[in-house]
Amino acid sequence: MGKYFDMLAEDVRLHEGLKACMNCGVCTAVCPAAEFYNYDPRQIVAIVQTRDDEEIERLLKGEAIWYCGECMSCRPRCPRGNTPGYVIQALRTLSQKLGFFVESEKGRQQLALKRLIGDNILATGYCLTPRNILPELHPEQGAVWEWIYENDEDVYGRFSDVYRREGAGALRRIDDASMREIHRIFEVSGGNDFFDTIEQHSDRKAREMGYDGATEEYMMQTYTYNSENHY
Amino acid sequence: MRRTSWQEYQKDIASDKYYYARSCIRQNFFPGSERAFLNILGRDLGIDIFDDPLHTSCTGIGYHSDVVPLETIMTVVARQFSLMAEAGYENFISSCITSFGIYNEVLATWKEFPETEERTRKYLKEATGRDLVKPRSIAHTSDIIFHHREAIARKAKHRLVNSHTGEPLRVVEHIGCHYAKIFPKSGIGGSEFPYVLAGMIETWGGDVVDYPERRHCCGFGFRNYLVQANRGSSVANSHKKLESMAPYKPDFIVANCPGCAMFLDKWQYAIAEMEGMTYGADGRGIPVLTYEEMAGLVLGYDPWELGMQMHQVDVEPLLDKLGVEYSPEAKYLGANGKYIGKPADVAVNCFDRRRIYEIKR
Ligand code: SF4
Ligand code: SF4
Repeated sequence: MGKYFDMLAEDVRLHEGLKACMNCGVCTAVCPAAEFYNYDPRQIVAIVQTRDDEEIERLLKGEAIWYCGECMSCRPRCPRGNTPGYVIQALRTLSQKLGFFVESEKGRQQLALKRLIGDNILATGYCLTPRNILPELHPEQGAVWEWIYENDEDVYGRFSDVYRREGAGALRRIDDASMREIHRIFEVSGGNDFFDTIEQHSDRKAREMGYDGATEEYMMQTYTYNSENHY
Repeated sequence: MRRTSWQEYQKDIASDKYYYARSCIRQNFFPGSERAFLNILGRDLGIDIFDDPLHTSCTGIGYHSDVVPLETIMTVVARQFSLMAEAGYENFISSCITSFGIYNEVLATWKEFPETEERTRKYLKEATGRDLVKPRSIAHTSDIIFHHREAIARKAKHRLVNSHTGEPLRVVEHIGCHYAKIFPKSGIGGSEFPYVLAGMIETWGGDVVDYPERRHCCGFGFRNYLVQANRGSSVANSHKKLESMAPYKPDFIVANCPGCAMFLDKWQYAIAEMEGMTYGADGRGIPVLTYEEMAGLVLGYDPWELGMQMHQVDVEPLLDKLGVEYSPEAKYLGANGKYIGKPADVAVNCFDRRRIYEIKR
């Protein structure tokens, strides 16, 4: 009893996020995710507070912890000074470390996030860049984005002298020495290991699901598939 | 609570000598805003602001997508701070609400859990050879514009009033959750009465619209937008806000965070395409501005030099109200004045007359 809670307690966000919850439900009342999904941050916090291994394992393998948008609207509202959003962050981190995230549809999406955002950070030094916001993956970005995407050198050239080149200014290419520092930071601080963990567990699960490993096809499945069982 | 409760949450904002940390989302979607900010401070107000070619993303979107670990983002943040100190600055300003939240969270965590700071120092040294030096002050770039709002008003070419009727324009302000919900004391006005944008609007002659969902999330929700399968959640939140503000007939929306500005703009397009619903007057969308664009228009900057052609919802109806002169031909020019074609017409834009949509009030 308490094994998973002890692991969660290694994360400072659990200490900051959970003192003692009185189950008032204020967090759920203001939560934008609770309005959309079958999601109740009060219940998540209440479960973690029980320290019950079975219950916490169910959370770590389930859909619910992946619904939160980390908006932190719950933080200033909780009368007991808890932050359910922080508790969620600690749960998500542990779920990935233990490989439990692949047991839920929403959890499996971490592979897409790792590849779309994480790998882009290592490639460019930015979370996103114009050339990785592909109009076919972002129909909601509309006609103007398509125009920007197709004419990026010209559109950005109006605002930056260094678009995709080194120097000071918007959308500059980050110099090699700085990129080496970023890579080293990911290496020594555990960022790379975490990325590898996501890849390895995804690969295992993908094979279990009949894919040839964590292929592009599997990644796109996690990115696009919605069972509609979340509301 | 009185409307002036914002005054309980004041913070010290440095007046000069800023180290500028740019934002991934800002530079992708609003590069003109970024340039305007640097010009307003450096050129118009004669303030020392340093744009360092060495800093990187804060990796905040990766962190809030739960793929970048806390230890990693702390070390990336520590590197940014060290670069600031090495460049001889101590007032760190960031141009994005996500990163502003990150910088504050990292500093607060170091303070609350000193062992995390020690670990970060070690990682930083090992990875980069640099030493962590913490900033004297942290501010968001909108705090800086707020701080200098009177100086901007003194140089104003336009006020936020309808130049035809003389009435103040009705402005919806959107603060962005991570500006003050994480650390209320780090935002002007706190999380209940954030005043950073309202202060600019009032100083420059506009009226701030109060409406029920004023504090609701724009709909980003990180993974709830970034993963295609989850985008229903994102648009539902923007939809909720738009439905709530439309009866107040705002002339425009101004957002604190480049992400929020982008979502409130783009989701209007998507809702018009999906539902045939538009929220502005005359069946058009409601223009969504960044505060840099708002300040730029007040100062008489050209709207296309501000990058307002990169919005999905056309801004021309607002420019006409403000009495801003602009050249329609210059809108879609690329670098060096070359014409590069224009985006396809869509429902939410004012120049589309081919389809008739239900007009929201
Ligand atoms: S608002 Fe705080 S005390 Fe109330 S249910 Fe949520 S976490 Fe518990
Ligand atoms: S941080 Fe998560 S739990 Fe808290 S209000 Fe936002 S979506 Fe809800």
